[in-house]
Amino acid sequence: MNNIIVYLEIEEGVVADVSLELLTKARSLATKLKCKLEALAVGSQLDGIGAQVFQYGVDKLYLADDARLYPYTSLPHTSVLVNLFKEEKPQIALMGATSIGRDLGPRVSSALFSGLTADCTALEIGDHEDKKEGKSYTDLLYQIRPAFGGNIVATIINPECRPQMATVREGVMKKEIFDANYKGEVVNLEVAKYVSDSDFVVSVIERHMEKSKSNLKSSPIIVAGGYGMGSKENFKLLEELASVLGGEVGASRAAVDAGFAEHDMQIGQTGVTVRPKLYIACGISGQIQHIAGMQESSIIIAINNDENAPINAISDYVITANVEDVVPKMIKYYKQNSK
Amino acid sequence: MSLKIVVLAKQVPDTRNVGKDAMKADGTVNRAALPAIYNPEDLNALEQALRLKDRFEGSTVTIVTMGPGRAAEIIRESLYRGADNGYLLTDRAFAGSDTLATSYALSCAIKNLPEVDVIVCGRQAIDGDTAQVGPQVAEKLGLPQITYAEEILDVKDGKITVKRRLERGVEVVEGKLPILITVNGSAPDCRPRHAKLVMKYHHAKTVTERQEQNDDYMFMFDKRPYLNITEWSVNDIQTDVNWLGLKGSPTKVKAIENVVFQAKESKRLAGKDTEIDELMKELIANHTIG
Ligand SMILES: Cc1cc2nc3c(=O)[nH]c(=O)nc-3n(C[C@H](O)[C@H](O)[C@H](O)COP(=O)(O)OP(=O)(O)OC[C@H]3O[C@@H](n4cnc5c(N)ncnc54)[C@H](O)[C@@H]3O)c2cc1C
Ligand SMILES: Nc1ncnc2c1ncn2[C@@H]1O[C@H](COP(=O)(O)O)[C@@H](O)[C@H]1O
Repeated sequence: MNNIIVYLEIEEGVVADVSLELLTKARSLATKLKCKLEALAVGSQLDGIGAQVFQYGVDKLYLADDARLYPYTSLPHTSVLVNLFKEEKPQIALMGATSIGRDLGPRVSSALFSGLTADCTALEIGDHEDKKEGKSYTDLLYQIRPAFGGNIVATIINPECRPQMATVREGVMKKEIFDANYKGEVVNLEVAKYVSDSDFVVSVIERHMEKSKSNLKSSPIIVAGGYGMGSKENFKLLEELASVLGGEVGASRAAVDAGFAEHDMQIGQTGVTVRPKLYIACGISGQIQHIAGMQESSIIIAINNDENAPINAISDYVITANVEDVVPKMIKYYKQNSK
Repeated sequence: MSLKIVVLAKQVPDTRNVGKDAMKADGTVNRAALPAIYNPEDLNALEQALRLKDRFEGSTVTIVTMGPGRAAEIIRESLYRGADNGYLLTDRAFAGSDTLATSYALSCAIKNLPEVDVIVCGRQAIDGDTAQVGPQVAEKLGLPQITYAEEILDVKDGKITVKRRLERGVEVVEGKLPILITVNGSAPDCRPRHAKLVMKYHHAKTVTERQEQNDDYMFMFDKRPYLNITEWSVNDIQTDVNWLGLKGSPTKVKAIENVVFQAKESKRLAGKDTEIDELMKELIANHTIG
């Protein structure tokens, strides 16, 4: 009762990174709230899920295992969540801001009349005073998200309704094992009690899923290019630098829109969030929406021929010059001087 | 076979042009401070609806939009592209609605219409980027949903097949009618306004607009009923006001902050060979690279 529950997204038996990231966050929230952390897996052949998630500090794992529940369709998964939430009354429910989470979350929130905040970038626990109504609330979930195209950050709360629901994009939270030996309880749900046959009204006829090609999120070194790179050709220079340094290439949206880079390389509010050891921003101006996805990098180097580019303000090293000149020098020095 | 299609379209502030006074003190949007546009993905949705209409003779496309009086513009824009009629939900009681209260109001309006086969929405509106209203309307009407549609492939024997564009792939799914579909920005762009339709509909107005303007064209509205854009208030659709506006919204905005980034103390380099060498040396020495 009144625990935190995380919906696990599963593709071919593997729990998605975004779910593990949420478990990590939810573990620390649960500790703060002195409640339990629960996880819910809905799908087929779920025997291997426990081994993947308990180490993130899961106290209780619900399994709704039925061949008809994979691949994901909206109504059956909604029914599992809605009926389980009615029984268990979690105080917080989290899911990935993915194609699945953003299909499922609103449906569940509508059925339970509980507020949902999409695409949160931070989750915190805090209090709230409603001066107008003269009411005060403790231990609410602060759901913090950019709004208005990233120009402002809003803190959203759901004072009255439960669960407090939020979705978070992949890569926004950090995934960290809590305790490699942590063991929780497994609860097998009797699927027929949660889902009715009439829920199976949409069927998947064809499905082509690709594994993400880019390893951006886990790379300790990122060389990112922006519109200032000028061409797809020039991105090769960045690939070379990334490859000698052992890193990956990322891009700004303007570079992606211009066709210099692939869509899954986009870093920022509407792309991936990264926090590498080293981020080299080449020909990127540094608009808020881009910075939102890389500001937590440990060291930032900006290479930009505009000495007033906004990116400079958050950079540790500002190189005011043309990328075409600077990057080859970096490659040359590194080749000559590394072991 | 003919289909009764409803498109949910929203007028949004153009968040690509945001100034300082865009938010009010209470955390709601100051719509007046921004140019209002047709939500981009709702245009993709309209196009999918119009393609169904082209394909299945006798089909109709009805626009439903909720917003202030000036949102009637969305309906006119839709009529110019081939929609048949539109309803504007406008009432003070709707103000301050979050996605749940919005979806409640929209679902009540749809229930007020004659039977509907397909409801088409945009994936998300650029003012909030929530992508919640579509699925929530579906839930409130007890209908199935297909999100992220890129193309409606076919409608046959009471079933619709749709190609979906997901983050990591594509899916083709089949669902039973009636159904709600949300359309992705990757779907084909909307057709442009049709000159003949602009001629036909540019005097289309809501009652309120007619009262405000009191122009010479008043005589037309009796003879040409298609120029009437229906306006609905809470009293015209069966709603419980407790589910509307701020009251019906479980989410509250606690705080709004402008985004400010902590400026770092940075080292400035001009890109000379020696400087780059020094920098690389430093990075190797402190094990950032290498
Ligand atoms: C809702 C919304 C979401 C968004 N999401 C994202 C997102 O997730 N990620 C993202 O990146 N953007 C996003 N954007 C877009 C963002 O606002 C910017 O438009 C984008 O980041 C700009 O990319 P850029 O810096 O590469 O291009 P520009 O702003 O055009 O900057 C190019 C820079 O290159 C420099 N330059 C030019 N030539 C050279 C040269 N030869 N050598 C060195 N420097 C040079 C210029 O001085 C300039 O600073 C979003 C926008 C909106 C409205
Ligand atoms: N006020 C509204 N009037 C009509 N349609 C709306 C309204 N709000 C949202 N919608 C529809 O729901 C979709 C998703 O909106 P949102 O959840 O706000 O991102 C939009 O693309 C529209 O199709």
